[in-house]
Amino acid sequence: MIRRLGAEAPCQEIRIADASYPAPFTGGLEYSAPARGTWNIVHTGMLIPEAHEIFVCAQGCLRGVVLTAAEMGVPERFSTVAVRENNVTDGDLEDSLIEGVSDILEKLPQKPPAVLVYTSCIHHFMGADLDHIYKTLRERFPEIDFTDCYMNPIMRKSGLTPDQLMRRQLYSLLHGAPRRERTLLVAGGDFMTDDAGDLVTQLRQNGWEILEIQRTHTYDEYQTLAGAALCMTNQPGAIPGGRLLEDRFGMPHLHLPVSFDYDEIAANWKRLGEAAGIPVPDSASEIEKCEAALSRAKASIGDAPVEIDYTVTSRPLSLARMLLSHGFRVTKVYLDGISGEERDDFLALQKTCPDLLLSPTVDPVMRVRPRETEETTLAVGQKAAYFTGTDRFVNLVENGGFWGYHAVHGMAEMMREAWETPKDAKSLIQIKGWGCSSCL
Amino acid sequence: MSLKQTARIISTYTGDTSGVCSALYELGGMTVMHDASGCNSTYNTHDEPRWYDMDSLVFISALSETEAILGDDEKLIEDTVRSARELNPAFIALAGTPIPMMTGVDFEAVARQIEEECGIPAFGFDTDGMHSYTAGASKALGAIARRFVREADNKDPALSVNLLGLTPLDFSVTGTERTMKKVFEGAGIPVRASWAMGSTLEDLAASAMAHVNVVVSSAGIGAAKVLRERFGIPYVVGTPCGKRFNERLVRAVRDSARDGECRVLPVSDPAARRLVIGEGVTAASLASALTLETGIPTRAACATDGFDGLSRMQVPQATDEDDLLPLMEGAEVVIADPLYRPIVPGSARFVPLPHEGFSGRIWRRDIPDLAADLTRFIDSNGLAR
Repeated sequence: MIRRLGAEAPCQEIRIADASYPAPFTGGLEYSAPARGTWNIVHTGMLIPEAHEIFVCAQGCLRGVVLTAAEMGVPERFSTVAVRENNVTDGDLEDSLIEGVSDILEKLPQKPPAVLVYTSCIHHFMGADLDHIYKTLRERFPEIDFTDCYMNPIMRKSGLTPDQLMRRQLYSLLHGAPRRERTLLVAGGDFMTDDAGDLVTQLRQNGWEILEIQRTHTYDEYQTLAGAALCMTNQPGAIPGGRLLEDRFGMPHLHLPVSFDYDEIAANWKRLGEAAGIPVPDSASEIEKCEAALSRAKASIGDAPVEIDYTVTSRPLSLARMLLSHGFRVTKVYLDGISGEERDDFLALQKTCPDLLLSPTVDPVMRVRPRETEETTLAVGQKAAYFTGTDRFVNLVENGGFWGYHAVHGMAEMMREAWETPKDAKSLIQIKGWGCSSCL
Repeated sequence: MSLKQTARIISTYTGDTSGVCSALYELGGMTVMHDASGCNSTYNTHDEPRWYDMDSLVFISALSETEAILGDDEKLIEDTVRSARELNPAFIALAGTPIPMMTGVDFEAVARQIEEECGIPAFGFDTDGMHSYTAGASKALGAIARRFVREADNKDPALSVNLLGLTPLDFSVTGTERTMKKVFEGAGIPVRASWAMGSTLEDLAASAMAHVNVVVSSAGIGAAKVLRERFGIPYVVGTPCGKRFNERLVRAVRDSARDGECRVLPVSDPAARRLVIGEGVTAASLASALTLETGIPTRAACATDGFDGLSRMQVPQATDEDDLLPLMEGAEVVIADPLYRPIVPGSARFVPLPHEGFSGRIWRRDIPDLAADLTRFIDSNGLAR
């Protein structure tokens, strides 16, 4: 039985016409809705084959990451060193980390080829000498590659966020490899690009190979990524990783964002086609495929309200804009901020759909707001599913491997399926790391 | 405590910050973890089985680097007061995390200022995420005992008790709190308040009407001591668990009501070759109950923050892998959360006993109600022989 507080409190929900860019809502205390499909730094780090993760932080912080690994079913690739008050007061953060990591590595049944050592806010605030730490570890274990990773959410508003750092550090362990002509490394995403999409098919048809960390199965195979001829990223969090690859290996980096706008998709393809020296897909036939999928979805969903959240794609406003232009009744988009990539979509929607509502997800009032809708609603994303209480929802996070025209017709197909096949939101959206293995 | 503080493979008990949130969850207050991010999703994903179906006002302050460096408590105060005015909680609790500990946030002072500004009772807890949930929950329930419990007027002479230290972190949401009540009610002893599952803040405020407090986990020890100090109510430490142990528990309650003395009921046998690992009171109670039911001596180890009754129960404390391994040497049976299995010696038989405070939700459906039916646990795990 659901027990609600039922408090009457004003929500910060706002018409897009009245919203500010890039921060439409006032900050304050934050609520966390129980939609857990987005990946965290444990999930992302596990993409490096055979690597071992060691988190060094306070017990309370260890809890979430330990159980992420346990629920993934990979506890043997995960260890911890607890930071306690005595480490802070005695100023021995460096020694306790070095000795703790060394102790773990000595006890592992087999030494891993690579170790990701995650330090925390405490190390940052205490000014721990990370250079000394990693230098010492490398001297002690020359056969192991170490890299620095970070669980320091307090830095999320200062420079690179922990998420961006993690996506960048995925490639920090690459040594360098002979250049492999006609290979494209798609970097920094959680998911492998869908083989059925226009990116993979077009490149393969023109003799190119797609390289992705998700397609590697051994540490040696992972090392071959450094030889890619070209690198692309498709979401903002991945850009620092692309830059690292360009800087270290001379791999030209293109940032080609996921989009739901035909012109933007075509422009992305033009840049990629020129860089790779291959023809772009036939836009007319691709658009025809998209329009057909959208028509099927619209025929099924009809005039039902559609609510979208920011966890489903890095471009929720682009998605809303595309759907609204195709007659879908998008009524609300859940987001807590607007990324630079969405600025044009935001400004366009202010003019074309001024009554579209923007709703925060972390505002404390969201805890007590009604979680049902008068009309049966299609939710696109897990948070939208939770806030609307619907069982008709697209269960996808962080673009789910979509890119190019495939993002449009793939999403349209998923919307139609979601509308026609209700699902149990409570059991699905609480699983951490959509697409990862889970013992739940 | 091990110097290296490492866990090669096992999990970690949830922290004191989550303990505060869990203890206060059902009381109608608003709890704010003063943290950047992470504590909230950890708490409501792994530590709080009520999060999806039962509303409670638990938030984070979204502390930033700049605010921490500048010591900007004003933002915490303003944000908390604004949300409190919108949501009208019965009280406000602030719980610390590692960074506020390092920057020296004075939570009591911040709470006083918040209370002055919005007129809602406010508490500050100097938790730091470096202790286990038992410490945080104990502080939180202790604060409720100090602030809200009223003097008992016209106290009913018929014996009644409160149960102290009930949180899902030790007892999940499998109905154990209701079973525990039945243990005492079946013996003709009404339970006035369950701290803090299944009771309201008003129920807790009337707790001085009870004659004895039963501390069912170390999360209840803080409140027990405050109620002892304020109202002279004695407490009995012990978790309802199995017919024979429950009989002793009820007897101890009657004895304490009569002589006013506090009692620590569970006793671990240090020489036993069967070992229970877990939270101190529940592990020791289970060890005692198993000894009574099977006739085979059983001992306990406390893997969380303990309290001053551990030595009386003869329960050693061991919070790291390095501390636990020597305790398991020579053990024939080890009863512990399934995530301990990888470090249990091959010579010992492992009996899984899932514990929400350690493995979270992974084996929630397998968590037994030991207060209701210890026999089934004994039989299904071959512990009778």
